[in-house]
Amino acid sequence: MTQSMTDAAVGPGAASGQGVEVRLEDLRREYGPVIALDGLSLTMAPGEMVALLGPSGCGKTSALRLVAGLEEADAGRIVVGGHDVTSLSANKRGMGMVFQAYSLFPHMTARQNVAFGLRLRGVKDSDRKRRAGDMLELVGLSAQADRFAHQMSGGQQQRVALARALAIQPQVLLLDEPLSALDAKVRVQLRDEIRRIQLEVGTTTLFVTHDQEEALAIADRVGVMRAGRLEQLASPTDVYARPASAFVAEFVGLTNKISGPVQGGRVQVLGTSVAIVGTAVPDGPATAMVRPEAIVLTTDDGAGGDAPGELGTVLAVSFLGAISRITITLPNGGSVIAQLPTSVAAEFPAGSSVRVSVRPDPVPVAPADSPS
Amino acid sequence: MSDIMSLGFGNTVPVVEHPDTGKPGRGPLARRRRRLTAFRVAVFVVMGVFFFTPILAMFEFTTRGTGLGAPRTLASWRAIFDYPDLITAIQVSLELAAITSAAGLFLLVPTMVWVRLRLPRLQRVIEFLCLLPLTVPAIVLVVGLAPVYAWVTYFFGSSTLTLAFAYVVLVLPYTYRVIDAGLRGIDVQTLSEAARSLGAGWPTVMWRIIAPNIRSALLNAALLSVALVLGEFTIASLLSFQNLQVAINFLGRANAGVSIAVALASLFFAFILLVALSFVGRRRSAPVHEEE
Repeated sequence: MTQSMTDAAVGPGAASGQGVEVRLEDLRREYGPVIALDGLSLTMAPGEMVALLGPSGCGKTSALRLVAGLEEADAGRIVVGGHDVTSLSANKRGMGMVFQAYSLFPHMTARQNVAFGLRLRGVKDSDRKRRAGDMLELVGLSAQADRFAHQMSGGQQQRVALARALAIQPQVLLLDEPLSALDAKVRVQLRDEIRRIQLEVGTTTLFVTHDQEEALAIADRVGVMRAGRLEQLASPTDVYARPASAFVAEFVGLTNKISGPVQGGRVQVLGTSVAIVGTAVPDGPATAMVRPEAIVLTTDDGAGGDAPGELGTVLAVSFLGAISRITITLPNGGSVIAQLPTSVAAEFPAGSSVRVSVRPDPVPVAPADSPS
Repeated sequence: MSDIMSLGFGNTVPVVEHPDTGKPGRGPLARRRRRLTAFRVAVFVVMGVFFFTPILAMFEFTTRGTGLGAPRTLASWRAIFDYPDLITAIQVSLELAAITSAAGLFLLVPTMVWVRLRLPRLQRVIEFLCLLPLTVPAIVLVVGLAPVYAWVTYFFGSSTLTLAFAYVVLVLPYTYRVIDAGLRGIDVQTLSEAARSLGAGWPTVMWRIIAPNIRSALLNAALLSVALVLGEFTIASLLSFQNLQVAINFLGRANAGVSIAVALASLFFAFILLVALSFVGRRRSAPVHEEE
């Protein structure tokens, strides 16, 4: 692998510098009456990895396919490294792509697959073989170079597909849910590997996924999409901790929807006045989105007093390893989920009475009558 | 302690052995397996007799000597080369078979791939059009083709090879079905998009990616075309062209032994093609399942 690290320096990253800037400007794409992209704009810095995240039908795959040139935009521009590539066909864009479905050419070995793009570019036979070998080493599959797709596991096939995409020294690397067909363990392994390789080669990368954990784990920035538009584009930490809208808060991570009145730009949640993030919400009844880890539990000693919060009863405790999730029912019939270190959660067994409050961190809020 | 018995149908039946003696068991399961084996062998024998009796009869006919009690002879087989018209007809039919196979594949494969990728709504229409010749009797087809062939002759001359136009239409239903099955076996969209993203133009996608992955389907389609063209009589006869079957028909009136020998030879030619293709279409190696 040491060799591959060295060779990677003369690989895609070196050839394409530190990646190129990619700009999507007001992209529109309609399929009959369905609007897949509704004026999507996004700028990716050179060498950056941006993950597009969103529910099915939000337009993330359409955006990727437009960038790849596999579909045409109805309006808008795609600018790569300062060049408008909107009207270029897919085979002239010089972008590497890894697909959700296994896409290795079944009649070729792993090495031939990786060398295919180089062959089309007229690279000499010896250079082609060397480079294909380097790429396979980069993804840790040198030993499988002479195997056909049907002789490799799903994870290995996706690794070869990644090597194949990188072998042509792409300006941009496009990943279309490349891990979704793999089992959980392999998915995590390959996810980390993709990030390692992307950092190594420095190619600007657009990664489409519906798996929030995947997006948050490896992307420099995460774009949460909804109905063909970007709802929020920010670092994984910001998307999680400071969601721009109730939709983002609910889509990314686990969220408690807790009712409370809004007054003067603050919302009253379980007895605590909390600042509001994102768009302003008019005074009146509203729903606050509170993360389970922002829920504070204290043992109810019966004294009550001035301590903020409401009394509740522990309904169930779910052991998740280092952490545990505690479901608490409130007197109004609602319930909240708290997430605590397992050692702390042991203090709140099922059936026990607890006082429930929230940390005073800003939260996104939706007006009570609006859908999230 | 169990063994596997192959029955020659590509299937295998485990033989249940007695745990102590190692001989085939006598339980109800073993009895059922024996009955099943016997049934399969019986079906195999009956089908073999059904198919091979006429062929053997044909061969017997071609080797009969002249007159009662005359010894067996291969004179009819040797005489094939004494009929130049027959040799020409064989040559023309082989050329027709090659042209029809190639033209059919060049027409159908890109069309089907394109429709699959870009115009999936037209898939049913294409299927209907391709299967249509199957529903039209050859005699009716000729009635429709006769005026068309007046123009074909005007533009391309009166060569028998112009029959390829009609034959491409004739073989469409069969080749369509085979190629359709082949294309269903691969992810055409993903493979072509992967190739395009790597820099391949459409001709490269067709030639280097799609075609090698439906190789068996292409070979089968070609074989069907060859078999149909070599056996076609009605259209050629009614349009007054001389192909192999028309020549055999003429020859049959003058020398039945030679005409049967040629018919038998063309049958064997098709068999050999079929066997050859079954080897060519095999996978390179068995799949290997392994841990990540």
